[in-house]
Amino acid sequence: MSDNVASLEAAFLAHRRQRRVLGLCGGVVLGACLLVSAIVSEASPAALIDGAPRALTYFAKLIPDLRLPVLFDGTATQGSLAYWMYRIDLWAWLLFETSQMAALATLAGAVIALPLCFPAAANLAPRRGIYRLFRRMLELLRAVPDIVYALILVWTFGVGPLAGILAITLHTAGTLGKLFAEAVENADLRPWQGLQAVGATWLQSVRFAIFPQVLPNFLSYVLMRFELNVRGATVIGFVGAGGIGQELYSVISFNYYQEIGAIVVLIVLVVSVIDMMSERLRRAVIR
Amino acid sequence: MDDAALRARYPAVFTRPLLRRCGYALGALLFGCWLVALCIWFEITPARLSHGVAGLFVILRQMVPPRPGSQWLDILQGLAESVAMAFLGTTVAAVIALPLGFLGARNVVVNAMAHFSVRRMFDGFRGVDQLIWALAFVRAVGLGPLAGVLAIVAADIWMLAKLYAEAIENADRHQAESIVAVGGTRLAVIRFGLLPQVFPVLLAQVLYSFESNTRSASILGVVGAGGIGLQIAERIKVRYWDEVSFIIILLLVTVASIDTVSARLRRRLIA
Repeated sequence: MSDNVASLEAAFLAHRRQRRVLGLCGGVVLGACLLVSAIVSEASPAALIDGAPRALTYFAKLIPDLRLPVLFDGTATQGSLAYWMYRIDLWAWLLFETSQMAALATLAGAVIALPLCFPAAANLAPRRGIYRLFRRMLELLRAVPDIVYALILVWTFGVGPLAGILAITLHTAGTLGKLFAEAVENADLRPWQGLQAVGATWLQSVRFAIFPQVLPNFLSYVLMRFELNVRGATVIGFVGAGGIGQELYSVISFNYYQEIGAIVVLIVLVVSVIDMMSERLRRAVIR
Repeated sequence: MDDAALRARYPAVFTRPLLRRCGYALGALLFGCWLVALCIWFEITPARLSHGVAGLFVILRQMVPPRPGSQWLDILQGLAESVAMAFLGTTVAAVIALPLGFLGARNVVVNAMAHFSVRRMFDGFRGVDQLIWALAFVRAVGLGPLAGVLAIVAADIWMLAKLYAEAIENADRHQAESIVAVGGTRLAVIRFGLLPQVFPVLLAQVLYSFESNTRSASILGVVGAGGIGLQIAERIKVRYWDEVSFIIILLLVTVASIDTVSARLRRRLIA
C-alpha cells in the first residue's frame, strides 16, 4: 500500500518536474520573442514612459467638457450636449452614408461569392483542379485588406464612396466565398445524389438540392459580414474612400478634440445598434 | 397522373398564395428602389465603372512582374516591424484582458446588472476600429511602430476580454464548486477551479487574435503607425505598382506561414 503511494508520489513529482521544465523553456522562448519584438517595434521603456502621459492627456482632451446645469441648452452655450454635437446633422448623414456603403458592398460581395462558392466546395467541385483554382482565387481576394484595395481603387475610380464600396466588396467576396464554401461542404448530400440519380445537371442539382439547405447559413454569414463591414466602412474614408472616416480623419488631423470624441461616440452608437438589429435578424434566420 | 392533373389537384403546391406573392413583389420593388437610389447617390454609372475597370487593368498589367525595387531592405524591415507589433500588441492585450475577461463572465461576477454593464462596455470599445486607435495614438505618441503596438493593444483588449468571458462562462462549474466545498476563497476558485479548465481555450483565442493582428498590423502604417503599411502606401502614391505587388505577395506568404504555424499550435493546445 505505502509502496503504491510512494510510486504514485514519485510519478506525480516527475510529471510535475517535467511540466515545470517545459513551462520554463516556453517562458524563455516567449520572453526572447517579446524582447526582440519590443526592440524591432521601438517599444523601449523610455519611449513608453515618455509617451504614456502624452497619450493620457490626449485621450483626456477627447472627453467633452459637459456641465450638468447647462446640459440641455442650445448650441451657443459651452458645456451643453448641443454644443458638443453641434454638427450632428452632417455626422448623422455621413454615418448613414457609411452604413449604406457597407450594406451595398456586403450585398455585392455576396453576389460575387455565390457563384464562386459551389465550385470551391470539395464535395461538389466536378474536378479536384477546379476546386483548387477557386479556393486559391478566394484566398487571393481575401488576403488583401480592404484598405489596401481602397488605396489602389482611389487611383482608378477617384476619391469618393464608390472606391470604398468596391474595396469592401472585393474583400467581402473573398471572406464570404470561403464561409459559403464551408457551409456547402457541411450540407447533406442525399438530396444531391437523388437529383443526380434522376439526371439533373450540375447547375440544377446545386439550385434544388444544395441551395435551399444552405440559404439560412448564407444569410446569417452575410449579416455577420455586414456588421464587420460597417466597422470597416467607418475607417475606409481615411484613404479618401468616402463615409464618416474622411471627416474623422480631418478632425483628428486638425486636433479638434471634442469633435473627435463626438464622432467616435456616434460611431460606437451606430455600430452597436446595427449589431443588435443584425443579431436579432440572424437568430430569426437560423430558426 | 400527368402534370396538368397534378396541378389541378394540388394548386397550393404549384402556386404561392396571392397575398404572399404580392408581398414578394412589393419587397422586390422596394429592394430595386433602394438599389437605384444608392446607385444615383454614390454616382455608380456604367461609364464610371468601365472607366475605372479599364484603369484597374492598366495597373494590374504594371503589377507583373513583381519587383522588390532598390529599397527592398526597407520593405523587409517594415514586414519585421508589422509582425513584431502584432506579437507584442497581442501579448500585452492578452495579459490585460485576463482580469477583464473574468469580470465579464456571468459565473464569476454573478450580479446581472454588473455583468450587463461590463459586457456593454466591451461592446462599446469594440466598436472603435483599430485604425481609429492608430490614428489617435500617432497623434498622442508620434509616428512609428510604438503607436501601432498601442493601437493593437487598445483595440484587442476588448475583443479578447469578450472571448475570454464567453469561454469562462462555458467552463464546467463542478470543479469550481468543489473548490468552494473544500473552503477555497473566490480567488482560489478562479485560480484552481476555472483557470486550468479554460487556459488552453484562452491561449487558442490569443493565437487566433495574433493571426488576425498580423493582417491588421500590415495596414496600420497607412496612417503612420509603423510597419509594412507605410511602404505600401508610399509606393502606391508614387505608382510603383510592380513593387506594390511584390509587397502584397510578400505579405500573403508571411500571413499564410504565420497562420500555418499558429493553426498547428492551436490544434496541439486544444487536443
